[in-house]
Amino acid sequence: MNTSLTLSPIPRWRATAQALRRYALFFLLALMLMVFGVAEPAFLRLNNLLSILQSTAVDALLGLAVTIALIGGGFDLSIGAVAALSLMISSYAMVVLGLGAAASVALALLAGALVGAFNGLLVFRLRIPDMLATLGTLFLLGGLQLLPSAGRSITPGLILPDGSSANGSFAPAFLAIGRSEWQGVPLPVLIVGLLAWLAWFVTERTRWGRVLCATGGNEAAARLAGAPTVRYRLIAYIASGLLAALGGVIIAARVGRGDVSGGNGLLLDSVAAALIGFAVLEARRPNVVGTVVGAVFVGVLLNGLTMLNVSFYSQDLIKGLVLVVALGLTFGPGRAHRL
Amino acid sequence: MPLPTSPSIKHDRFRAAVLEIDRVSKRFGATQALADVSLRVDAGEVVALMGANGAGKSTLVKIIAGVQAPDSGGVRLDGRPSPSSSPRAALSRGIVTVHQATELLGVPEMTVAENLLLGWLCRGALPLVPGRRRLLAAARDVAALIGLDLPLHALFADLSPAQRQLLAVARALADDARVIILDEPTASVSAREAEQLFEVIARLKARGVGVLYISHRLGDLRRIADRAVVLRNGRVVGDYASPLDLDAAVRAMIGHAPAAPALSERHADARRVLEIRQLTLRAGAQPISLDLCAGEVVAITGPLGAGKSRLLRTLFGAEPLRGGSFALDGRAWQPRSVAAAIASGVFMAGEDRWRSSFLPADTLGARIADVIALPHLRRLFPRGSYSRSGIDAIAAAEIERLGIRCQGPDATPDQLSGGNQQKVVLARWQSQPCRVLLLDEPFQGVDVGARADLIAAIRSRRDTATLVAVSDREEALEVADRLFVMREHRLTELRVRREGESVLAALHALESSEDFV
Repeated sequence: MNTSLTLSPIPRWRATAQALRRYALFFLLALMLMVFGVAEPAFLRLNNLLSILQSTAVDALLGLAVTIALIGGGFDLSIGAVAALSLMISSYAMVVLGLGAAASVALALLAGALVGAFNGLLVFRLRIPDMLATLGTLFLLGGLQLLPSAGRSITPGLILPDGSSANGSFAPAFLAIGRSEWQGVPLPVLIVGLLAWLAWFVTERTRWGRVLCATGGNEAAARLAGAPTVRYRLIAYIASGLLAALGGVIIAARVGRGDVSGGNGLLLDSVAAALIGFAVLEARRPNVVGTVVGAVFVGVLLNGLTMLNVSFYSQDLIKGLVLVVALGLTFGPGRAHRL
Repeated sequence: MPLPTSPSIKHDRFRAAVLEIDRVSKRFGATQALADVSLRVDAGEVVALMGANGAGKSTLVKIIAGVQAPDSGGVRLDGRPSPSSSPRAALSRGIVTVHQATELLGVPEMTVAENLLLGWLCRGALPLVPGRRRLLAAARDVAALIGLDLPLHALFADLSPAQRQLLAVARALADDARVIILDEPTASVSAREAEQLFEVIARLKARGVGVLYISHRLGDLRRIADRAVVLRNGRVVGDYASPLDLDAAVRAMIGHAPAAPALSERHADARRVLEIRQLTLRAGAQPISLDLCAGEVVAITGPLGAGKSRLLRTLFGAEPLRGGSFALDGRAWQPRSVAAAIASGVFMAGEDRWRSSFLPADTLGARIADVIALPHLRRLFPRGSYSRSGIDAIAAAEIERLGIRCQGPDATPDQLSGGNQQKVVLARWQSQPCRVLLLDEPFQGVDVGARADLIAAIRSRRDTATLVAVSDREEALEVADRLFVMREHRLTELRVRREGESVLAALHALESSEDFV
């Protein structure tokens, strides 16, 4: 017995359309680089391209956090707040508590992991739907980060609520995380690149990644196949918290102060990167490569528009357009037929 | 078609019991779901588990699969007690359930290869970084266990329900399954695909795997079961060895002899309600013409994807008309939308009642009364003001008429058995004056007793023309005055059951006739 069960063949025009759709984001990216390069030659200079990557790094990192939670089947809305919290914690640790760079970073990352575990607790123990639980965490953290400094940004010499002034300062080794370069490439770009490769390898090439993907794709099926799905999803939330916390550390190191509004906009930009990533290579699911491409795509677009003197307030509009087009490519009509 | 008996059954090595259920009882609140149930499945044996909805089949399966723990009694696998209440433990001991709901069987956005290896991946039986070539080779080996070429690079989402089940069986074999529980595997599968499944089951037997086979379809059971165990009200009321006396098993199952649905007298001069002229369902397909008369039930059977649903959906205005014309009560008619079809009294109950008819249990509108009234709100309340007592009264009348076993109009469908759920769907469309009733797979997950009730209700309408799409031939023969088979969007009329002829005899005659390949 060797009965063949095959899918019906795909017509040629459809195959072409599919290929176009598959690489659409790359075509658009190349087109954008060309148009911006012709309109403003300085755009294509290496320095500018590196600065695009530099400004994209944190969005990409937080995009990775969203992506990993999404692959595990959970939305994590708290990552922007986690980044802001870690920004404030690392600043507070150095400026007020006088800790060193390593201890401050460790403290911030620990906070991120704890928030991830807390999200897991809300979702798996209290069975709150993931969107609502992480939205709750978002508000909790948004308030929590303001408490130690009474709502003020943290800078050396900060007047504390009890009237005394803080006498610590940002450690040079800490600031180096955001400001140093290697062979001309900013350190944050290297860190994020390395982590992105690691995340890609773990999610796409290891057994763990396949099981996490199965858990997010169909939790019941994964559980019935013997996967410890809650453990996997919990680890995904913790990883998401850790990555977001690292994003906060990078911002603090780059800016050199604990800015209370430093986390603004991070959530939406990183979610946008992850969602645009759905369209990359027609993945139609959260994926690491797509998220990085999505973040770079938005970065190139915004940088180019800025160079062409497009007003900053119309940039959000354009970001929204890009997102809608990408989602249209992902989910729109004419895509490969699904049962 | 006689079943080729597997030579392995006679082999002594296979005589041992793989699964023994020993005096298992389980109680939920006031309901005794299972009482002292004992059951044995030998290696290489297919045991049919029969029972009406609510007889305790699902509870028994859950206990075997470790999803629920029994109150008393135990489950032994290969002679050793199986740890209860842990699906993972049951799985690692070799008990695998292939669920009827195929969405439980795999991950839609992963490839077939990855889904074949899901068990190994989830339990760490593959290296941490397996490498793509190695994964593909392993997946090919797993697929070879059932001797089928599955499209390894396709997505699970693109597989047919039958392919998904075959994939799950292959995975079970790769996981060294000792007992495979097949839950209604042919419920939404074409005849050809069912044949493939039966061949795979023959392979399972040859490998010494025990199979517990749950199905409402007597034709399937006759074909593959070695033994049948019948549950009623949580007790074993019959254990039939081969050759199976299925009539006796059905009597034991529902507690009395099933009334063979009587064929009613049809007058040749009955009014034509719906005329279908030169309808093309797909570019290049042969046009279809068909007349439906008042009080007549016409059934269309045929494999999945043959166009049965498309025909019904086109009549209901849910798909664009590609070519041809209709006349309703002698006047030209063309539904421009579902709302227009409903307004002219053409109703359709879609297949898969949870997707087509019900709302999720916690939502507003999930009540039986709301389910029944939803399509008729415009007719019931033309001025827009809504009366809850009005729709509750309609629901109460329907519950009474169809004998729906439920708490009342406030109950939600998830509290009901499959048969009663389907009665709610029928009630929705029979509660208002209807010219043409279109039913797509109206007997999915419905036991023999409830099916007889549904058929009686469907056949009771003297002024309605009814068109039923049903892939099971036996169900088609039971319900229909006239019977057609649809293949590749083309209709062929088949012989019908003669007056006084039993359904099984008609089925046999049908299957041996030339028309039915």
